[in-house]
Amino acid sequence: MIKSELIQKISEENPHLYQRDVERIINTVFGEIGGALARGDRVELRGFGAFSVKERPARTGRNPRTGEPVFVNAKRVPFFKTGKELRERLNDNGDDD
Amino acid sequence: MGEKTLTRADLSDAVHQNVGLSRTESADLVKSILDHITTSLVDGETVKLSSFGTFMVRSKGGRIGRNPKTGEEVPITPRRVLVFRPSHVLKDVINDGAGGSRGE
Repeated sequence: MIKSELIQKISEENPHLYQRDVERIINTVFGEIGGALARGDRVELRGFGAFSVKERPARTGRNPRTGEPVFVNAKRVPFFKTGKELRERLNDNGDDD
Repeated sequence: MGEKTLTRADLSDAVHQNVGLSRTESADLVKSILDHITTSLVDGETVKLSSFGTFMVRSKGGRIGRNPKTGEEVPITPRRVLVFRPSHVLKDVINDGAGGSRGE
């Protein structure tokens, strides 16, 4: 599923909303999550999962082709941990535990 | 680093403020968005949200694990896990600080 299909589905369920409003709603939700992460905040969505930011220290990497050392700056990377309920739903085939 | 934790309520509030829908309807829409994503993932579909990232389901084979505390061997059954790959846009937003305006 891509974003336009999600917009389509939500629009069909909410005929009183313009499609461009649905688009704005979806962009607001994910923009808000991105903004929170940019501030270093966490986003915890019960039943779905939690987004956080992990710090990666600077390191000396290597160009895999030439073997030449390359300095890699410290950076922050977004991280998602699947929520318990979703993790269980992904494995709802009876063979639990 | 900030220390706050945003929740569904904060997302609903943002929708309420930005789009002008009632708080109840905003909360319902946030739930509906997450529910649709969940359903697709449970069906084994990949969910691609441009400028945010991609959620995909990966199947992992069974293996023998070990309880790190007791050293006891524990079988780990095959299972499906969810992986999130952030888009370049999201990575850039997070490294450029708030707002994500570039070229400054």
